[in-house]
Amino acid sequence: MDIKEIMKPENQVKAKSKLLTDVPMHYCPGCSHGVVHKLIAEVIEEMGIQENTVAVSPVGCAVFAYNYIDIDWHEAAHGRAPAVATGIKRLQPDKFVFTYQGDGDLAAIGTAETIHACNRGENFTIIFINNGIYGMTGGQMAPTTLEGMKTSTSPQGRDVSMAGFPLKIADMVAPLDGMRYVTRQSVHTPTAVRKAKKAIRKAFENQKDNKGGSLVEIVSTCNAGWKMTPAKANEWLVDNMFPAYPIGDLKNV
Amino acid sequence: MAKVKGAVEVNTEMCKGCNLCVVACPTGVLSLNKNVNVKGYNFSYMENPEACIGCSSCADVCPDACITVYRVKL
Repeated sequence: MDIKEIMKPENQVKAKSKLLTDVPMHYCPGCSHGVVHKLIAEVIEEMGIQENTVAVSPVGCAVFAYNYIDIDWHEAAHGRAPAVATGIKRLQPDKFVFTYQGDGDLAAIGTAETIHACNRGENFTIIFINNGIYGMTGGQMAPTTLEGMKTSTSPQGRDVSMAGFPLKIADMVAPLDGMRYVTRQSVHTPTAVRKAKKAIRKAFENQKDNKGGSLVEIVSTCNAGWKMTPAKANEWLVDNMFPAYPIGDLKNV
Repeated sequence: MAKVKGAVEVNTEMCKGCNLCVVACPTGVLSLNKNVNVKGYNFSYMENPEACIGCSSCADVCPDACITVYRVKL
């Protein structure tokens, strides 16, 4: 069969979500952010909640996320996205609200906002991209950087006697009574991408049911910061990040 | 098992040549082109179109959502 015969609209099984704009993403080639943006756009499109979704973008690589997904966005100060999202959700409880944050935003400067928003059980979704590094500013050490991992501010590897241990935010917020769904996912293989999409969908469904807080951690790569090719970064993720940040549901009640 | 045949269409100007789709493809259809797009990236293309089964693994892992997948049952 000729390829032109296969490439007909009725045979299309997968295409770019209508919610994604035509603006080329500024992310480095192979960045996990793009995959997660795509999943969020697909979930919102499938649920038909484009007009009712308000997102809060962070400071970090994803600061321009509002250029890429065609929904309402609000920009928050560094780390304060959960606090801003709390205000939005309390004033407009019928809207679907989510924050999209990296580890430098959520796990470093915004730890207090994150923990307390989770403890209050605020009924919004937190999408947490954990790549163990400050990607935007040049690959500095983050709280989530692995023990012995080399970054531009820890060229000999992270020394736990000086810089402490990797901060496991999902494990920290899972025991809090306000949280209803805490999961850790990844987007390094097609299977993992499909599972991550289901997790994001579930976190949005929880808002509809007024259940309480949901946090979806995506263990991601930062191939530019890790100084690897995208494919090599995915292998490094499996070998090094997964032992410290195991994939799976931490809480689902 | 029903035989299926697939095809993918890559938006070559959006492609950043990250190679993730080439690694993800189970049948070795995709490859990076020797030519480059406007931005200078070696974009992905179907080097071996006969082998495509339309599984959409490439589209799943594509960070820039530049792959459209088609599939027909024979």
